[in-house]
Amino acid sequence: MAQRTGWTEQASSCRDASCPKGSSHIFKVVLLGSSSVGKTSLAYRYVKKDFQDSLPTVGCSFFNQCVTLDAATIKLEIWDTAGQEKYHSVCHLYYRGANAALLVYDITKKESLEKAKVWLSELEKEFLQDEIIIILVGNKLDLSEEREVTVQEAKEFAKTKCILHMETSAKSDVQVTELFMTLACELLKRKEEQLQATHWKKSRINLQETTSHRAKCCQI
Amino acid sequence: MAADVHKKSGDVLNGSLFPDDGQHAERSESPTPGLAQGTEPGAGQEGAMFVHAQSYEDLTSTDNPDATLQMPGDGEDVQADQTMIEEISKDFSELSTQLTGIALDLEEEIRQSKEDKLELSPQASRRDSVLSGKEEEDVAMDAWRMHQKHVFVLSEAGKPVYSRYGSEEALSSTMGVMMALVSFVEAQENAIRSIHADGYKVVFVRRSPLVLVAVAQTRQSEQEIAQELLYIYYQILSLLTWTQLNRIFQQKQNYDLRRLLAGSERITDNLLDLMARDPSFLMGAARCLPMASGVREIVSTCLQQAKAKSLVFAILLSNNQLVSLVRKKDQFLHPIDLHLLFNLISSSSSFREGEAWTPICLPKFNSSSFFSAHISYLEQDTDLCLLLISTDREDFFTVSDCKRRFQERLKKRGVYHALLEALHTPFYSVSKVGIPYLRHFIYKSKSSGLFTSPEIEAPYITEEEKERLLGLYQYLHSRAHNSSRPLTNIYYTGSHENLLAWVTNAFELYMCFSPLGTKAAAVNAAHKLMRWIRKEEDWLFILTPQTY
Repeated sequence: MAQRTGWTEQASSCRDASCPKGSSHIFKVVLLGSSSVGKTSLAYRYVKKDFQDSLPTVGCSFFNQCVTLDAATIKLEIWDTAGQEKYHSVCHLYYRGANAALLVYDITKKESLEKAKVWLSELEKEFLQDEIIIILVGNKLDLSEEREVTVQEAKEFAKTKCILHMETSAKSDVQVTELFMTLACELLKRKEEQLQATHWKKSRINLQETTSHRAKCCQI
Repeated sequence: MAADVHKKSGDVLNGSLFPDDGQHAERSESPTPGLAQGTEPGAGQEGAMFVHAQSYEDLTSTDNPDATLQMPGDGEDVQADQTMIEEISKDFSELSTQLTGIALDLEEEIRQSKEDKLELSPQASRRDSVLSGKEEEDVAMDAWRMHQKHVFVLSEAGKPVYSRYGSEEALSSTMGVMMALVSFVEAQENAIRSIHADGYKVVFVRRSPLVLVAVAQTRQSEQEIAQELLYIYYQILSLLTWTQLNRIFQQKQNYDLRRLLAGSERITDNLLDLMARDPSFLMGAARCLPMASGVREIVSTCLQQAKAKSLVFAILLSNNQLVSLVRKKDQFLHPIDLHLLFNLISSSSSFREGEAWTPICLPKFNSSSFFSAHISYLEQDTDLCLLLISTDREDFFTVSDCKRRFQERLKKRGVYHALLEALHTPFYSVSKVGIPYLRHFIYKSKSSGLFTSPEIEAPYITEEEKERLLGLYQYLHSRAHNSSRPLTNIYYTGSHENLLAWVTNAFELYMCFSPLGTKAAAVNAAHKLMRWIRKEEDWLFILTPQTY
């Protein structure tokens, strides 16, 4: 499994002692959304298990987190982007090559969902549907009294776009770990499917090889 | 030197919009030290780290290329200028009384409209006061008017871009008046520089497409206030680049720049606060963290060895004090750029978590393109921050790896502990010098662009007292650097302290004595202090800067 190099391009350049050697899955996750919806807080809650009022992110912050799932070790490279408009022109740099995107909106601000939709269309331009896992995340569940976006509305939108939807609260730690675990599961599942597919293809090529003894140039 | 930003406009118009790895692009000129320079205490032994700012005038020079370009008549007739200004200041005081009235009316209106906006407009949420950590102040209140220094930034269309206190919306009419003043004078082929009235200095700096205005009650000279405004201008450039800023306003003259600057007001706020208490800005130099030279050397070597192709500068700092700086050969950092970087880091706690990777423009180095800065703290609970500046925005993992290698090397060579030790004593006591009556001093080596200064001790304990001391230094500095009548030696006798300033081609020295000392003793003390600094220079300064 570990030999598949094309999939995890950054694997060689990123050596992190905190992850056990031999872990083969590295996924790039990018957090997108308008400013002050809680992207940094979500990442911080998940990685540091804590909450603090954070100032607007400058550019982009990078976190590493390892997850163990069904005996597989998954390393998530989390790119927490700045929501401010001046950084939009550089954001594509951060989401390029991502395996997953969390589109974060604030359930108490309708326009933040609109912005998340804009981000989604940006991502659609960049990725094919099976290239990236997208989760629409409604944050600030602790402020549900001031809710402007209903669960149903967001769920329906997510359904039409074939993406996942979850609601979280980074402040009171609701569903944050679950969010990232879901993401990790999905990533793993997707990867295994792809491996299956390649295995199948490979076995076919191998069959051809044994019969024709031809060169290996036709591998995919 | 101050004009270089504008020189670049030519290049930009010629179509070289993004020399992405712009280290070869135009840059402030490299140093040509004067005769006496390079031999003073604290002068680097192997060349400087910074673009050589020959003197304070280099940084401040009041020339305003835009103004002179557009207004050939500027400054030709001083006499007329004078009367003009008097006239205007009369107008202005009238205006300001009118404005108070307007502001009162407006306030009501704005409150109302704000309430409406909350529901409808995305603008209302744009400036989240909780996140920016700044409660907007009511501009009609006395407290608002009592502030020592107001700073306003507006576009040439008169649109508010930034206000230090109070919300920009509430100040739009005030800013309109400011723009009117600027245009009124410009219409007569002249440029307004300052208004002096009623203990206030109103200073204007015009950097197309922006106009920056300060209203100050401080003792600073007009020149110094203008310098602070320029810092604000560079701060804005560091976020947007000069090229982008100009393109925006060429496309849309009445663009609301606050959209792009949203979320970074605190960086500008922090810069203004920092300038009021940190002498680095006044000195146009960087303060070093005092450290045993052996340790510093090893740290610098470790930093130098953890290199990557795209790295231009690697800076290790702690609380706005420089620990080590490695630069690419032939590339010099300008003190202004370094100050902007220090300010960026000190204005946000968010760098303490994870690793930040952000585009940043160093306006004095190259105002037309972005570098990518990798910012991270070595360990979460220390103040040691590593700043790696790369030309390649795709190079995150390589640069991140440089940090890892640097840390490994530090530990391997066993200096990490000594480095942390040095952080515990970021300041030395003035009593170390052993000069009675000496309370505090600032010494700047001009050729290295570094300065040293002991801890501010009693009687300057409160923030106000500290700022008052800095105010006194500012005053001496402005007298020493007065463009029409510069002074080299000043002895100032005040009721609470006596001060001595000594400014030469090679160094600047400012000393503060208790009021009981005499002038003769102060002069003696200056010589004694110089000998002490010479003796301690390898600990106080970075004498052997490293290059890639």
